Amino acid sequence: MKKIGIIWALIALIPACVTINIYFPAAAAEKAADKIIDEVWQLKPGDEPPATPAVTKPAPVPAK
Amino acid sequence: MKKLIAVFSLLAATLLSSNWVSAAADLDVNTPAITAIKNSMQTRHNQLNPHYDSGAVGLTADGLVAVRDATAVPLKDRGGINSLVAAENSDRNALYKEIAAGNGHPEWAGEIRSTFAGRWVDKAQAGWYYQNAGGWVKK
Repeated sequence: MKKIGIIWALIALIPACVTINIYFPAAAAEKAADKIIDEVWQLKPGDEPPATPAVTKPAPVPAK
Repeated sequence: MKKLIAVFSLLAATLLSSNWVSAAADLDVNTPAITAIKNSMQTRHNQLNPHYDSGAVGLTADGLVAVRDATAVPLKDRGGINSLVAAENSDRNALYKEIAAGNGHPEWAGEIRSTFAGRWVDKAQAGWYYQNAGGWVKK
């Protein structure tokens, strides 16, 4: 009886191994994009480009 | 007891192997095809850079570039600006397609394009223009 439970647990675990490959790897894509953009635009690692506001609204950002 | 150990070791193996798989999820962008496109874009950037600065050319919401203000293009460059932009877009489209295909998932091209669209804008210099829902925005 208990064996059935263990078998079901194992069956439930297997899709977890495959899931990684089915969904789009957003973090890896961003990393790849950054790498390519840095090379195309010849950006130095120290450069800090200004932040892009999520919604365009008039300036003030707390100054440092 | 023995069965419990067997289940736990299988569980551990599953967890460890999924870590290994997620490392493999890093996208490979070093294929010859991708490198060739990247080099072409890098060379063309020398010509495009002043047009980004002047606001003549801006970044679009779909990861491409477009002429925003042709009058901002110096006369000597005005004749070639459209073909320069077209060549850049051709490379960009090929890049997104190639990254997807090169990693075994041609269906990812659209999402790779969106990812790039966001990153181009984030890394753009101050004063450059990009498109959002409302139109052209100056960074």
